[in-house]
Amino acid sequence: MNLIIIIVLSLVMIVMAVTAIIHKKLAVAVIATGVVSLMASVMYLLMAAPDVAMTEAAIGSGLSTIIFFYVLNKIRKAK
Amino acid sequence: MIRNFFIIAILAGLAAVFVSLFWNFGDSEVLTPLATHYATNGAAEVGAPNLVTSIVVTYRGFDTLGEVTILFLVASIVSFFLKREKLQPETTPKRETSEIILTAAKLLVPIVMVLGIYVFINGHLTPGGGFQGGAIIATAFVLLLMANPDFKINHKIIATVESVSGIAFVLIGVFGILLAGGFLDNKVLPLGTFGKIFSAGAIPLIYSFVGLKVGSELSNILSNLQGIQKEEM
Repeated sequence: MNLIIIIVLSLVMIVMAVTAIIHKKLAVAVIATGVVSLMASVMYLLMAAPDVAMTEAAIGSGLSTIIFFYVLNKIRKAK
Repeated sequence: MIRNFFIIAILAGLAAVFVSLFWNFGDSEVLTPLATHYATNGAAEVGAPNLVTSIVVTYRGFDTLGEVTILFLVASIVSFFLKREKLQPETTPKRETSEIILTAAKLLVPIVMVLGIYVFINGHLTPGGGFQGGAIIATAFVLLLMANPDFKINHKIIATVESVSGIAFVLIGVFGILLAGGFLDNKVLPLGTFGKIFSAGAIPLIYSFVGLKVGSELSNILSNLQGIQKEEM
């Protein structure tokens, strides 16, 4: 069961990572990186590393996504 | 043509490196001697049920001090470069925050903050600790800033909390040299009963200070980034 979840999660991660690279809209790319972090945190949990999972969920998918959006907003205004 | 050749050559080289890594990857059956020492003696020596915490705070406490220092440097550099000029009055009309976010912020911000405090106070018993708790507290500030863009975090309070907890962290470490086995030794306080909240010596105290420090630093970065959003370029 765990193996199936891990395979599904890694497929989603790969798709999201490729999306983040090739998508035209930067906002979508930022969301995609956030999803990669979220899936990674679930993966850490399945691999019995809850401490790392908490850090990844809070910093990777929470704070860094919001910081990317703040910077994106700033860059748009500068254009 | 030559450029493409170089790209392909570099990719092939990277693939060769990673294939050997991937091929040899697997769960090792036996622990290394150091890991064996931690696994067998960690609970008795440090008195914390969460072995990760006892490694991060006690065995490798100096590394944690380094990480906290790096975070402090990042926060100060961000606030140095994003130094707020005096704000011009807003010219463009602001879009109103949606009702859902306003209500969610009212309900969730206190709960998320309490969760963060719980995570760092219970760092020696359950998964989590100072860094995780601090990051959770900072996400509460994110929600607050999203619901109310004019909200200003009091920089004086943040600076005071940050520096007091940093100094307290180092002072506990120095007390470790004077009263116990070395820098950041947790036996400055009695180890207490295994598994209780007031146990594992100085670990709950150290992790609370780390949590407050990390939380205030990350909130400071966020409020600085929020502050520059209104400026015209």
